[in-house]
Amino acid sequence: MSLPARWKDKIVPSDSSDEIMELQMGPSHPASHGTIKFNLKLDGERIVDCDVEVGFLHRGFEKMCEQGTWTQCFPYTDRLNYASPCINNVGFALAVERLLALDTTERCKYVRLIMSEVARIADHLTCLGMASSEVGATTVAFYMLEAREFLYDLIEAVTGARLTVTWCRVGGMTHDLPEDFADRMKASFARLDQVLTDCDKLLSRNRVFIDRMAGVGKFSKEEAISYGLSGPLLRATGVSYDVRKAHPYLVYDRMEFEVPTGDRGDNYDRFNCRFQEMYQSKRIIEQALKALPEGPVTITDPKVVLPDKEKVYNSIEGLMNHFKLIMEGIHVPAGEVYQAVEGANGELGFYIVSDGSGRPYRVRVRPPCFLGMGALNKMLIGRMIPDIITTFGMINMIGGECDR
Amino acid sequence: MLTEKLKARFGDLILSAQNERDEETLIINREGAYDFFRALRDEPDFQFNFLTDVTAVDWLERKPRYDVVYQLNSLPLAHRIRVKIGVDGPEPWVHSVVGVWGAADWLERECFDMFGVDFKGHPDLRRILMYDSFEGHPLRKDYLYNKRQPIVPEIDPVVNPIRSSR
Repeated sequence: MSLPARWKDKIVPSDSSDEIMELQMGPSHPASHGTIKFNLKLDGERIVDCDVEVGFLHRGFEKMCEQGTWTQCFPYTDRLNYASPCINNVGFALAVERLLALDTTERCKYVRLIMSEVARIADHLTCLGMASSEVGATTVAFYMLEAREFLYDLIEAVTGARLTVTWCRVGGMTHDLPEDFADRMKASFARLDQVLTDCDKLLSRNRVFIDRMAGVGKFSKEEAISYGLSGPLLRATGVSYDVRKAHPYLVYDRMEFEVPTGDRGDNYDRFNCRFQEMYQSKRIIEQALKALPEGPVTITDPKVVLPDKEKVYNSIEGLMNHFKLIMEGIHVPAGEVYQAVEGANGELGFYIVSDGSGRPYRVRVRPPCFLGMGALNKMLIGRMIPDIITTFGMINMIGGECDR
Repeated sequence: MLTEKLKARFGDLILSAQNERDEETLIINREGAYDFFRALRDEPDFQFNFLTDVTAVDWLERKPRYDVVYQLNSLPLAHRIRVKIGVDGPEPWVHSVVGVWGAADWLERECFDMFGVDFKGHPDLRRILMYDSFEGHPLRKDYLYNKRQPIVPEIDPVVNPIRSSR
């Protein structure tokens, strides 16, 4: 990979008897969970310049989406942010449904919302757990991963898979919630509560932890907005921007919740924002479960949704309907739409273009952590090498989403 | 509403405007785009301080062939807009907006990498997701999806089984 043009300029080290050292960190560094490379220029241990290299996990998501039908994109979206695949599924489904001018059932909206929030908690647990283990708090990491397992059990009970859920469809979902979902959730949340309380006690006032996180990776409000940061990264600077509040989708406008913000914009605030968001997500899920309406989760429009297997095997109409949808795909009217959802890392946007055929003409994802990585070098300049680890951990770069 | 304001303010710069599915889209002239974007960011009626996304769409048969698409968002006023610039030719280009929004740095690099659109005035325009020796721009419609360009030669383990040296 070529280096930035500015690297040709000579930098004078602070001590004239020293020299500037160039160091390549990664792409497979034990402390960077994810394949990423930092090309560093160091004056002693101080970072003078940092070039962040991404793309090691590039799989051609956008190109591959153009090759299949709209429905065939869902497995690809799972693999974007694989820590919270439900949200990606929902975002893509919402985008296609808007192009189709299709309204899903009430229950569908509630179920999607519940699963998005479960995924958000799981994502935050992953991020915070890994970030804590990197600063030496391995206990917390295992507590959090254990809590995440309870949630994965929940996701598995609904979708049939822990990670690659492929659970949404245009017009609905493959499965409704299981009958005992409320009980399962109660049990999971009881244990989650315990874990969160323990982790809060272990970290929030822990001297070592605060020293490593507070004041590191600082970003001002103006910078954060200019660099397109969103989600906990933006909220840590004090900007209360949340897609769920600013541009509500599903039934978020009926839910009562707060948007936790910080004021210093450093790693500690980012940590806190994520931590508080988990409680808010829990609140949303509890409200949504209370208000959950009865009824089907999938609409019955034969132009969009596959017919029941009974019809496919017993009637020629059903068989043809099935065949057409599988072979030609859903005919989405020509046009374009940008649909944003609040992913665990920030604004996850799908910009999709249809030419009226059964295949997407263009699928573009706005990956929130890609923009976070774009701002990383600004956060690091002037800091020390150990600060890379905590800052990188708090951006929560997910290779699948960043490199696509 | 927003479209009328923009039309009144910018006049000829806006080639066309449409409102579909509650989304405003403007198609603007490439010349003068930089000042247009800066005005969108700074003027109190618009306040588009958040650059959501920069990407392109390749229309292969159409003239102009590419649309460079900007998605803008205003955090204080909570409105969105999509701005498109049509570009054509073997070396399509637009003006870089890195001076307006910092986010444009990586977004434009990606758009350059994937579509080969040159962003004039970008301080550091080079590939970002693909490697330097990669030939072509993969999201162009005339780039075949199954074309392979491995850096290290690909060896079929069935034809050439890996043998232990012992």
